[in-house]
Amino acid sequence: MQLFHLHARRRRAQGALAVLVLGLGTLGFAFFETQVLHNDVYALQSDANRLRPLPIPAPRGAIFDRNGEILADNVPGYALSLLPASEDTIRAALERLKPLLKLTPEAIDALLAKRREAPGQPLVVSSDLTFEQVSAIEERRPLLPGVYIDMRPKRRYLAGAAAAHVLGYVGEISESELELPEFEGYSAGQIVGKAGVERQYERRLGGRPGVRYVEVDAHGRIVGEYAPRRVVPPVPGEDLRLHLDLDLQRWIARIFPDSMRGAIVAVEPGTGHVLALFSNPSFDPNLFVGGVDPAVWKRLNEDPATPLLNRATSGTYPPGSTFKLVTAAIALKLGVLDPEAYLPIPCRGGMQYGNRYFRCWEREGHGYVNLPDAIKVSCDVYFYQVGLKIGLERFLAEGTRLGFAQRSGIDVPEERAGTFPDGPRWYRRRWGWEPTQAEVLSLAIGQGANDQSPLRMAQLYAALASDGRVAAPRVADGGAAEGEGWDLGLTEAILAPLREGIRRVTLPDSGGTAGLSALEHWDWRGKTGTAQNAHGKDHAWFVGMAGPRGGEPEIVVAALLEFGEHGWVAAQYAAKTADYYLRRKHGMPTDTVQTLRDHYLAGRPARWAQ
Amino acid sequence: MMLIQRFRASFGDTTLLLLVLALSLFGVAMVYSAGQLDVPDPAVQGVWKKQLLFLGLSLIAFVAITRVQVRWFEWIAVPAYVFSLILLAATLVVGRGYGTAQGVKSWIDLGPILVQPSQFAMLATVLILARVMGGWREPPRSLWTLATPVVLVLVPMAMVMLQPDLGTAMVFTAILLAALYWAGTPLGLMFMLVSPVVGLLLSFNPGLFSAYMVLLVVFLYFYRSYLWEGVLVVSANLAAGTIALPLWNSLETYQKARLLVFLDPSIDPRGAGWHVIQSRVAIGSGGLFGKGFTLGTQKRLAFLPEQHTDFIFSVIGEEFGFFFGTFPVLVVFGLVLWRVARIAERVPDPFAGIAVFGIFGAWFAHVIVNIGMTVGIMPITGIPLPFLSYGGSFLLASFLALGMVERIAAEQGRI
Repeated sequence: MQLFHLHARRRRAQGALAVLVLGLGTLGFAFFETQVLHNDVYALQSDANRLRPLPIPAPRGAIFDRNGEILADNVPGYALSLLPASEDTIRAALERLKPLLKLTPEAIDALLAKRREAPGQPLVVSSDLTFEQVSAIEERRPLLPGVYIDMRPKRRYLAGAAAAHVLGYVGEISESELELPEFEGYSAGQIVGKAGVERQYERRLGGRPGVRYVEVDAHGRIVGEYAPRRVVPPVPGEDLRLHLDLDLQRWIARIFPDSMRGAIVAVEPGTGHVLALFSNPSFDPNLFVGGVDPAVWKRLNEDPATPLLNRATSGTYPPGSTFKLVTAAIALKLGVLDPEAYLPIPCRGGMQYGNRYFRCWEREGHGYVNLPDAIKVSCDVYFYQVGLKIGLERFLAEGTRLGFAQRSGIDVPEERAGTFPDGPRWYRRRWGWEPTQAEVLSLAIGQGANDQSPLRMAQLYAALASDGRVAAPRVADGGAAEGEGWDLGLTEAILAPLREGIRRVTLPDSGGTAGLSALEHWDWRGKTGTAQNAHGKDHAWFVGMAGPRGGEPEIVVAALLEFGEHGWVAAQYAAKTADYYLRRKHGMPTDTVQTLRDHYLAGRPARWAQ
Repeated sequence: MMLIQRFRASFGDTTLLLLVLALSLFGVAMVYSAGQLDVPDPAVQGVWKKQLLFLGLSLIAFVAITRVQVRWFEWIAVPAYVFSLILLAATLVVGRGYGTAQGVKSWIDLGPILVQPSQFAMLATVLILARVMGGWREPPRSLWTLATPVVLVLVPMAMVMLQPDLGTAMVFTAILLAALYWAGTPLGLMFMLVSPVVGLLLSFNPGLFSAYMVLLVVFLYFYRSYLWEGVLVVSANLAAGTIALPLWNSLETYQKARLLVFLDPSIDPRGAGWHVIQSRVAIGSGGLFGKGFTLGTQKRLAFLPEQHTDFIFSVIGEEFGFFFGTFPVLVVFGLVLWRVARIAERVPDPFAGIAVFGIFGAWFAHVIVNIGMTVGIMPITGIPLPFLSYGGSFLLASFLALGMVERIAAEQGRI
């Protein structure tokens, strides 16, 4: 029994004990290391495993007009999102959602592309579900892991197409927008202002989204809300009050000829408050809420009438005769023009300069005119001579100094600066030829290398309406003081003949270019413009100002009709805009028979015009 | 005092029995907790009741076994071994998978219950080894002496590997080594026996393998083995080194993945690495004091796989932490194994001693491989944790083994 003697067994048992202690000791140490030393790492992983942060969209601030009418607010909407997961998982989920949401294969590809941009963020599949879709999905919830539906505020634009360009619209932030400094701190899937006021005041309107955590299981199914402490409530966006007058905006949308392209801008002189900013053709911004239908987007983008373009701020056109006031102002400032004097060459329907004959728009000619009458009849020959008195170099230098190549600084992001040469070299740079003095003849009547937006022209006339100075145009109340005001640096002595000139333009039946736009109750002055352009018929311009009889102007209106052929056409719309605004402001009943022409057409006596 | 003595006379080591009962009841509680999921899984939710039923049946079997004299164990060794080989062979034909291990043939469907024959084959193998080696009158001098026990283990082990069930096969190896050790086999001889396995593992690094071969030859020289033995061992090692690659290629994809993932779980975090990573996250996030009974989030949210069977220890780690969970359970397992080794030490009968120590080897392997797997220091092999994991066959087999140990303790341990 040597082999199994007590001592032998004891020795083996001791060996076994040693192995036992070694084995279990190793395990014990491994657990100590995992559970005690590295607990924090694993606790974090365990939380990351099960908790998914979900953004809680902040309700956007409402937008009110100057009278407190709602332009944009929120209504409850249902959004369907997918929790972050691998591409295959997302694809499978989208395939399952396909019949319920009527997703096209292209839409699925687009969503997958979106996921690739921000793989860690929940993927918003649709933010505009119908109630039927919501209930259909809730019924199939166990089959749709990773899907969640939440109620989130949906934008509603009550003014619709009437204020689409100025308000802009909202949409999901794009990849390129995420990289912009203006969207710093934003994350994918967030709804942001894409254009207009919505974009300009995004930081104020948008608020800050909150975060909640949901608990998911290993299959991505949401099993519950993780409430404690870590929920960060969203900060609602601030409301925004605009200087805009919704009724005026709607009125303009109503009177503006549907078939024509163009813009009308109304500004309060002095303050620079924008009363109306309308561009035609327009679009319904509600189409963009909850993701625009690709077909609609395509149609809007490919429409030759470019409905998405804000012509009031981004459309620039040769200002035509409306610019003659600037020509006169430059000449008066330089002291090369006596407003009362006749110029050497009388208007005989045109004048010879160099080897070219420059026509006046009036073939029959205007004869000898002084400055106010030249403005009244818009005599080209008079202004050709004023231009020559100034000279090309000085004209370009003064025009540039006045800022005709700059933006107005309006609080709408889509603004295009005007085009104005900063000197003769500009022509060489741009077109490769040297301008002759003859170029100043074109510039003097607002043609040539000069393009201005309706907004900029409205701002110019707002400055002329007061003391030659005007604040930067402002759509929103209390907006950031971005962009400086505009000081034309004109004395009263210079302004007076200009004002007299535009007064005569609209005098009824006295030969002014816009006599038919005279208004019964208001002093209405302005300047027509008929701008030749390379694209077709002349553009029709009118920029005018109106106020109570004998009082200061209270509204400046710029109207532009693309291919409108003659300035007096635009004058009608400008006058009707001003009349509507002033009647309401001064508590008078509104009327569709407004201008002198309206009276004639309606067969109404216009004794006030005699 | 009389009562305790009578009890001891019937059931042997009372401490061991109480420790095992405590473990088993704790196991039922953990199986219950494993079923508490946020999205209930009907396959796991109610199994704790079945486990409780199995525990009751196992206790009846345990009591019955303690009524059987040790000489009957010796007598039944051969028929039990033969019967278990037949069962294993039948399993290879009519066997089926279970749970997530659907691809294997480890279970026999007996209508209401599934039986895992390999668990009983282990017990039979322990008995046959004890019977064969219990007859030795002097320690084995050469590998030839070891041929019989090696073949006796290799046959059932090969059949288990064919199921395939790598984990259980590894336990057979542990049983063989434990039995050899208790039968007084010199360590050098045991090393020669397992050296081809070492060679197999090292062959993946040619430099390491060459160094190992040199050391092996030096060892054989100083150990003064027989010449034929030395030649056999060296050629077996060389053969192991040569077949390593073809053998690797013959492994099932999931087996390869498991082994590779053992080296680095992050190579496939969603696939083969998932089990290890999630198990470690569960254990690690349990921290010092755990998340509370039934409240483990990794388990509740189904991140933890096989939470009621192979990964039950991860649930313990997550819900009770180091202080209340893993450390005490490791201590209890240590005490259980120590009591078993102590019984082996105290019985003079070679058969009884080897049988008890063979069971020690089997349980020790189960504990190390299963618990080591949950924390990532052992490769993933689907073997359960004695007395804690859900599973009727294994619980019954474990209690049968315990019954034998206790009977041996009661009958022969009072020296």
